[in-house]
Amino acid sequence: MATADYMLEVKDLHATIGEESAITQILKGINLSVKAGEVHAIMGPNGSGKSTLSKVIAGHPDYTVSKGVVLLNGENILELEADERSRKGIFLGFQYPVEIPGVNNAEFLRMAYNQKRKAEGKEEADPLDFEEILDARMKILDMDDRYKERAINEGFSGGEKKRNEILQMAILDPALAILDETDSGLDVDALKIVAGGINRLRGPGKAIVLITHYQRLLDYVQPDVVHVLSGGKIVQTGDKELALEVEKKGYDWLVK
Amino acid sequence: MDNAANKAPASAVPTNASVGAPTVANGDDYKFGFTTDVEMEKFGKGLNEDVIRAISKKKNEPAFLLDFRLKAYKKWLTMKEPNWAHVKYPAIDYQDIVYFAQPKQKPTLTGLDEVDPEILKTFEKLGIPLDEQKRLSNVAVDAVFDSVSVATTHKKKLMEHGVIFCSISEAVHEYPELIEEYLGSVVPVADNFYAALNSAVFTDGSFVYIPPDTKCPMELSTYFRINTEESGQFERTLIVCAENSYVSYLEGCTAPKFDTNQLHAAVVELVTLDNAEIKYSTVQNWYSGDPKTGKGGIYNFVTKRGKCLGRKSKISWTQVETGSAITWKYPSCILVGEESVGEFYSVALTNGYMQADTGTKMIHLGKNTKSSIISKGIASDHSSNAYRGLVRIGKNATGSRNFSQCDSMLVGGESSAHTFPYIETGNAASQVEHEASTSKISEDQLFYFQSRGVPREEAISMIVNGFCKDVFNQLPMEFAVEAQKLLALKLENSVG
Repeated sequence: MATADYMLEVKDLHATIGEESAITQILKGINLSVKAGEVHAIMGPNGSGKSTLSKVIAGHPDYTVSKGVVLLNGENILELEADERSRKGIFLGFQYPVEIPGVNNAEFLRMAYNQKRKAEGKEEADPLDFEEILDARMKILDMDDRYKERAINEGFSGGEKKRNEILQMAILDPALAILDETDSGLDVDALKIVAGGINRLRGPGKAIVLITHYQRLLDYVQPDVVHVLSGGKIVQTGDKELALEVEKKGYDWLVK
Repeated sequence: MDNAANKAPASAVPTNASVGAPTVANGDDYKFGFTTDVEMEKFGKGLNEDVIRAISKKKNEPAFLLDFRLKAYKKWLTMKEPNWAHVKYPAIDYQDIVYFAQPKQKPTLTGLDEVDPEILKTFEKLGIPLDEQKRLSNVAVDAVFDSVSVATTHKKKLMEHGVIFCSISEAVHEYPELIEEYLGSVVPVADNFYAALNSAVFTDGSFVYIPPDTKCPMELSTYFRINTEESGQFERTLIVCAENSYVSYLEGCTAPKFDTNQLHAAVVELVTLDNAEIKYSTVQNWYSGDPKTGKGGIYNFVTKRGKCLGRKSKISWTQVETGSAITWKYPSCILVGEESVGEFYSVALTNGYMQADTGTKMIHLGKNTKSSIISKGIASDHSSNAYRGLVRIGKNATGSRNFSQCDSMLVGGESSAHTFPYIETGNAASQVEHEASTSKISEDQLFYFQSRGVPREEAISMIVNGFCKDVFNQLPMEFAVEAQKLLALKLENSVG
């Protein structure tokens, strides 16, 4: 595991959605290499394949990989179920977190946390122990106790859902976090809090991939590398200056 | 018995009914599917008047009960099997059923040491220890094995509070006046085809009487176990709760796996007097047949009804139905007393080739009566799951209210869910509300759980349990935990 140069390596990744007569090719040969300790930003116009890339890496069953590999610490993960990938350290923060009526948020968080503990061969946390862990994280994200009692994402505002995603990330403490437009729909104060949560994860053993439309989040979370994705391919890679340039000039000059 | 000798079916020759090969059906995880090797005394197959007389004689019953049985039998002969339910099954041959089977032993037991140790072991295996040291401290249990009650625990302690809890056979002898007054007072002998059959041939079941001003000091529970392959189970339960009293009653059931179908046609009657309350909970897990082929399983054709006779009395049904090949069951409340309350909380889970047609009837007769219905149906694989409910508000039941909520959830596969609500209001000064929904566990919900490290099966179980929470909250604690586990077990292999 330590021998791999990169935490995440995506090589010539092609992916489709749909079956038989209605197959759409979305990813058309993505190459992406992320080292531990790095933060990468992926920008790009609507429909360029940003969300698809994040879901394919996390293992969404709707997508079919037609070519290429995804390596996590040198191991090909494409054959693994989404939950196995998660237990290996991948976290996906959703652009549109789904609502799950009737399932208590705090219980769900404890279940997820314990799945990870089990995978690491550690003892599961009982409700009381977990509550301490949860309370500490919630305080950092300025979330009140109501979150614990509510059903997962049910009736949450857009901002509350995003904050809940970051809370889950903070609890699972993943090696690789892929955050899909976590900044969208947040006001400035919420954005600062969410950015604070992301920066807290940042560290030598961690990698973060931020998918975003806007440069705004990148003011608070400084990326090491910036990519522009368009038409299912990465068309440009640079440092954070690239994000500023995109902000100023839009995407057209890169796409052509 | 002798006079019945020339009627072939009623020969009552004791046969050893132990079944050699324990589990016939395979390919599922029904852990209660074993049979117990115990010597049985049973009648030959078939039903006629002599069989009924023989049952009554065997049980040494008073004349009124034999009359009750014969009246029911005569009615039954004129009745037709109901065919309106949303279920399909081949015609039942009622002459191919054994109507009386009991473990061979002395007619009256003085202590548990006289119960066949194999039967004690069976109940222990099912998690229902009956012996003094191990029995559940806060729950009194009546254990019914095939047609006969084999043991009732904590009787003495209950008696100190005046609470009667015994088998119905025993009650017939000890408390004949209570039986004569209440038996058939809620479900008349000719109420429906199965109830009439039960009234004619019932062999045992539980009887509970809570005297006035008494809160029953512990939970009461009956555990039903079908063991013999060819026998039908026709138990009869009667619970009477007198003025200002309260009882919580639990019912559990399992059966071995057989290739053939067994008929279970029970009748349960509840009566509450002024200010009394009965809370009746069921976790039903009869063998449901082979999930791959649909072969075998119990036909669960049950009539359960409560009568709120007294003012401000209350009857609450909670059921978790996870077993049986076919379920035909509508625990109901007749709200006679003014301001009386009826409740029905139900979770019905079907998988494999199971068919369930279940729901309730709330009949409002008294003024200002209230009822609420919460039904959660979950269907997976090839199963069919129907809610059928009637809310009837009588002409004089002014100021009455009903609220119904019926939700269905489909879990992959070729399953179907149906809702048949019937509402009849006889006066304008009452209020009836009905809400219904159908949902499907979406791929995105499952992916959300999986992306957090939760395996698919556990995700489904958690979503389904969340869906059923409003009903599980009504169950006594231990039962709620058991019900959740049962659901998880049932869903394990149902994931498409």
